[in-house]
Amino acid sequence: MIRLSLWILGALLLGGIVHLSTVLAMPQAATQDAYSRLAKLTPVNAAVPLTAPSAQDTTMPFMDPAFAVAVCRYDLSSGAIKLSAPLSQAYTSVTFYTRKSVAYYAINDRAAGRRAIELDLMTPEQHAQVPEEEDVTAADRLIIESPTTTGLIVLRALAPEPSLMAMARRALAGTQCRIEPVPQ
Amino acid sequence: MRLFLGSCFTLILAAAIGLGATWVTLTRGVAFGAMTIGAWTAWPKSGSVDIDPYARATIARTGELPIGTGDGVAFYARTDDAGNALDGRCTFVVSGMTPAARYWTLTLYDAQGRLVANTTDRHGFTSAEILREAAGRFAISVGPRARPGNWLPSGGIEQFVLVWRLYDTPIGVASLTTKEGPMPAVSRKSCS
Repeated sequence: MIRLSLWILGALLLGGIVHLSTVLAMPQAATQDAYSRLAKLTPVNAAVPLTAPSAQDTTMPFMDPAFAVAVCRYDLSSGAIKLSAPLSQAYTSVTFYTRKSVAYYAINDRAAGRRAIELDLMTPEQHAQVPEEEDVTAADRLIIESPTTTGLIVLRALAPEPSLMAMARRALAGTQCRIEPVPQ
Repeated sequence: MRLFLGSCFTLILAAAIGLGATWVTLTRGVAFGAMTIGAWTAWPKSGSVDIDPYARATIARTGELPIGTGDGVAFYARTDDAGNALDGRCTFVVSGMTPAARYWTLTLYDAQGRLVANTTDRHGFTSAEILREAAGRFAISVGPRARPGNWLPSGGIEQFVLVWRLYDTPIGVASLTTKEGPMPAVSRKSCS
């Protein structure tokens, strides 16, 4: 009896280790995460609109149907990204995700405070290479550091009423997301 | 022989316990730092780099992109205030006031996060299009059959999920208290 309970205790401890390691390994093992889904639909380093979610088809689960969405799937290995997103009339936000769908930065139109959301996205190494005087002269340039080389920029524009969806989509169509080769 | 049988038993039991626990936590959407107000639960940390390993694993498995903390916060409801499951064959009323936010949206999904087909092509409301009563209060009926006023069709599915998203809001960024409310009440009216 004591022997059996020792075996069970061992199984519980081992089971705990199995549980924790599978939870930690899940983001690496997942093949249907947001980035993998969008990799089939979007080019690299360009902003493209996503089709609106419907009952038949949704790119990702739990998408807000009141928003027009555009995605820039980025790869910073050949340079930094320059992003410029015009604001729609109602509400616009830009969210940055790592390769593993962690939202590391988000900004909305009011926080940006201008007619467009303009920022530079780079890796910490590329940021370190930006000449210091350039940093000062371009003080109004917002620089975001990406923790991963690849990831997603998701732009969302609200259509407060269904009839305003076309307006929101038009606003997002003006988004520019392009790579800027690093000056040597 | 006994040692061999014992270790086989232990290894099989360990695999069952470990994988079973992972399956249960990931399908139920377990995460730390939950903020519950009435029937509504939000995980504000899931929209930041402080996201916990369970939420990370869940979003990797489902493929969803959590709403960023600088953007807003999403509250999920799978039951009403009394704990009844949100059954599409019943009529529920969502009523009251919302916390401060520049915009909000309410959306109805099935349990997997897909929109639900219906004849009016309505999947939710935004704060701009809702019909309100005098004091800014509102009531939305969620059910299979058309109702006057704000009607959100549930398509008669077995289990639906309501998601309340607050955009440009101080909730969840500065504080984690339930005093921030009030979130709208959810109550079951009738079942067919």
